Amino acid sequence: MAQDLVLEIAGLEKTFNPGRSNAVTAISDLYLAVRPREFVSIIGPSGCGKSTLLRLVGGLIEPTAGELSVNGRSAQEARLGRDYGMVFQAAGLLDWRTAIRNVELPLELMGWSKLRRRKRAKEMLELVDLGGFASHYPAELSGGMQQRVSIARALSFEPSLLLMDEPFGALDEMTREYMQTELLKIWRETATTVIFITHSIPEAVFLSTRVAVMSPRPARIAAELPIDLPERTPQTRDTEEFFRDVSLVRRTLRSVEGQ
Amino acid sequence: MADLSSTRRTRARRTLIFAAFLVALALLYTGYKAFGQAIDDSQRDWWVVGSFLPRSDDKNMPPVLDILAEFGEAPREGGTTIGRLTLDGALFTLREAAVGFAAGTIIGLAIAVVLLQSRRAERGVLPYVIASQTVPLIAIAPIVVVWGRTGLEFLPWEWQDWMSVSLIATYLTFFPVAVNGLRGLQSPSPEATELMQSYAASRRQILRRLQLPASLPFLFPALRIAATASVVGAIVGEISAGVRGGLGRLILDFAGKYITGPERLYVAIIGACITGLVAVGVVAAAERLLLARRGIVAQ
Repeated sequence: MAQDLVLEIAGLEKTFNPGRSNAVTAISDLYLAVRPREFVSIIGPSGCGKSTLLRLVGGLIEPTAGELSVNGRSAQEARLGRDYGMVFQAAGLLDWRTAIRNVELPLELMGWSKLRRRKRAKEMLELVDLGGFASHYPAELSGGMQQRVSIARALSFEPSLLLMDEPFGALDEMTREYMQTELLKIWRETATTVIFITHSIPEAVFLSTRVAVMSPRPARIAAELPIDLPERTPQTRDTEEFFRDVSLVRRTLRSVEGQ
Repeated sequence: MADLSSTRRTRARRTLIFAAFLVALALLYTGYKAFGQAIDDSQRDWWVVGSFLPRSDDKNMPPVLDILAEFGEAPREGGTTIGRLTLDGALFTLREAAVGFAAGTIIGLAIAVVLLQSRRAERGVLPYVIASQTVPLIAIAPIVVVWGRTGLEFLPWEWQDWMSVSLIATYLTFFPVAVNGLRGLQSPSPEATELMQSYAASRRQILRRLQLPASLPFLFPALRIAATASVVGAIVGEISAGVRGGLGRLILDFAGKYITGPERLYVAIIGACITGLVAVGVVAAAERLLLARRGIVAQ
């Protein structure tokens, strides 16, 4: 396998309850390759297995067949080697820990000293513009702020791959657009590779260097569309190029669903 | 966030409400006593009420002030007062209950952690945990005491009768802790567990950093129930096993002398209530200490 790929998936298949009457093939014959520092969005009809794909990549569930390697290792090895930062739709903060102690959690598990993890967590909170909220409890933070803490937590141990499963799905439109801009800023500053699952076409276009369109179940990557926007600022959403790419993704999605 | 003065004000208001409640209770008691007495004195049925409402006299409802005065009375001239006897008995019972409560909490949590490991274990064992509570406590209490008196050689200390009573309290305590503890340990969402796995957390780390802290809001209601249950269990255990020194024995003694001095039994009952309240109070204080720091104000 090529060394310059962060993620390489070939012929991946996932069947739940195999061999039983309620067997469901969620993913079949899926190919995907991601290079370092790419921002790849995966978009597709709801229930098509996007989250399953993310869990397979994250080593949380085992594939039925096919190859999946992360930095040349298996997903399990990569997970145990802490290659992943994961962010879900629910921020999943521990409500008995303050924001900073939530960010410290993975570092704590890795056995970092208190001083070192405190310092890193502080930096991470500043990165997501929450420097002033370190000692706030999750219940005292808005949904968008909670999600930013969650991103800070996922990036705290500098994983090589950031896996995001509809992270802004529960946020209102304004917060969502703000978070997208923030995420791009963080992505540029940290030079992380991102795999981003969404069902919002404008979101996928605005964020990604590449959009992978998934087919309905059993899912595979039906099309890959490179997105080449000259710049990505809030104003980008009103430009010609942006509209063109959005409608390109939309048409692709429609044709995939129609198959 | 509540500042100090408002916390103090809330506390003062609560004390006031509690005092008002006690006064109301005493007034209600005295009021009914007078009413029941009136039915009795009239020697005939008052409309319908008199036919089904129990009558009262100084035997079955001694005056409140007499009950309060009884705390200072001594059964024998110059001997220990009833209040002192009750306090000693309450402390004795409280120790049994506390030991039983602690053991029951540990055992209950251990069961919950074991059942957490697999659905099959949960389905297989939980029904037996529930069935364990159908055993009549009054019947097994003497068995446990006799069992304890056979001389348990493997233990570092000599087995005392009060330990048997603690064991009975344990039996009542472990159940709510196990059941609610398990629910609490299972309360984190699958995503929360997956997040921990994505940090390559071990099973033990997930238990300690995620599942145990998440179980606390489920655990404390169970611990409150367990606290009262341990006191009641200790009293019932003492009575049915004939263990001396605690409130149970005192209640039995005072009940036997009810005809000559009904006030004493009331003193013992009040003592038992206060003992239960103290037990719950300790748990509630621990709860406030542990949960108030979560940003959600523990009530």
